[in-house]
Amino acid sequence: MLRRIVFAVVAIGLVACATYASFYVAPEERTMGAIQRIFYFHASTAWAGETTFFVCFVANLLYIWKRKPQYDWLGLACAEVGAACITVVLVTGPIWAKPVWGIWWTWDARLTSTFVLWILYICYLLLRTLLDEPERRALLSALFGVFAFIDVPIVFGAIRWWRTQHPAPVIMGGPGSGLDPVMKKVFFFNVLAMHVFAGFLIAERYYLEKTRHGVELLQREAEAR
Amino acid sequence: MALLSNAAVLVGKEVRTEFRSRELLSTTIVFVLVVVVVFSFTFDPTSSESRRFGPGLLWMAFLFAASLMLQPCFLREQTADTLTALRLAVEDPFAIFLAKIAANTLFLLLMELLMLPVFAALFNVSFAAQLPAILLTFFLGSLGISVVGTALAAISAQARMRELLLPLLLLPLLTPVLVVSTEVTIRLMQAEPYLEWRGIGLMAAFDAVFLTVLWLFGEYFLEE
Repeated sequence: MLRRIVFAVVAIGLVACATYASFYVAPEERTMGAIQRIFYFHASTAWAGETTFFVCFVANLLYIWKRKPQYDWLGLACAEVGAACITVVLVTGPIWAKPVWGIWWTWDARLTSTFVLWILYICYLLLRTLLDEPERRALLSALFGVFAFIDVPIVFGAIRWWRTQHPAPVIMGGPGSGLDPVMKKVFFFNVLAMHVFAGFLIAERYYLEKTRHGVELLQREAEAR
Repeated sequence: MALLSNAAVLVGKEVRTEFRSRELLSTTIVFVLVVVVVFSFTFDPTSSESRRFGPGLLWMAFLFAASLMLQPCFLREQTADTLTALRLAVEDPFAIFLAKIAANTLFLLLMELLMLPVFAALFNVSFAAQLPAILLTFFLGSLGISVVGTALAAISAQARMRELLLPLLLLPLLTPVLVVSTEVTIRLMQAEPYLEWRGIGLMAAFDAVFLTVLWLFGEYFLEE
């Protein structure tokens, strides 16, 4: 219990410090002004979401291989937290894009593949609700998770080659070259904070799933008596 | 070798089952026809616009049709529990997938080839000179649809709401096939047609990647 509280305090504290840094420490961007500060939150959440989906993919593979329910709980926890992160990305993106590009959305490779990634993991979570038997649910959703994760780079490639009519300022979206050193520090601090926070959420979700599994076992035992 | 000979026997079985009733093919063909006609109400199908939007519309119709057509390939096996028999009969369960993929690709191609002249006449596009390139595009696209679709049909057959679930899982996964095959077909149907090899390459890569994944994980899809 103490470990969970410490983890919570550290994660929330880091996010609070990172938010403070992105508002008060980072210098104001010259052309975009204050709205650019959303970048620290937007891009770091995207990175955390992508890492989370990668962990989900590894957990899916491990479940198929080892068949331990722990990997299924981890896969579920990661898919949910990852989907939540990408939801944040898809909401903060248009908020940033509207004043800067003048449009809410453009069907550019990065945006579209993020959108498809989000839909795929929503489908993964939906699939889980439609499979009743726990072991079958774990196995089949893990298989779908593997398919989904492999699909995303191909989606990115396909759309980058044929559907890139995006306005030039999109290049500003990435932490590419020419980022001010203070901005860079603040950004990577945000990335760290978001990863720790996502890790905290995954741990909590995992713990919840573990408890639920324990309750199910107890119920079954009680019924058998 | 046993894998291929097993698969060949099973392809024969799939094709025989279908051609006894032909219900899957005839229903799908009518479905595509309906979709193409309904789509044509949304824009002026005789203008030059149809060259730009036609191929996309055609592939959307194929994709929707496939998401319905692939549904029964594992459900059929459930009525008399023939899947258990199949699993016992073959050494490598991948043979079952290989046979179903081959049969589904064949059915999809048949449907597409029957619909192509109808589409060309209704939307006033000519393709005759580009037939080999179009066949290649249709083959690679259909193969991609059947590889992913057959795997997902094995998943959805074991779930609740399966009729709704298969299109839901299939359509987002097939985004690359839809984007690339549409772009390649547009270039083949425009005034100065050419074959875009980069698109053909990407489709072949998609097919190869998912065929390999299915080869690695195929047996787990069919576990009891």
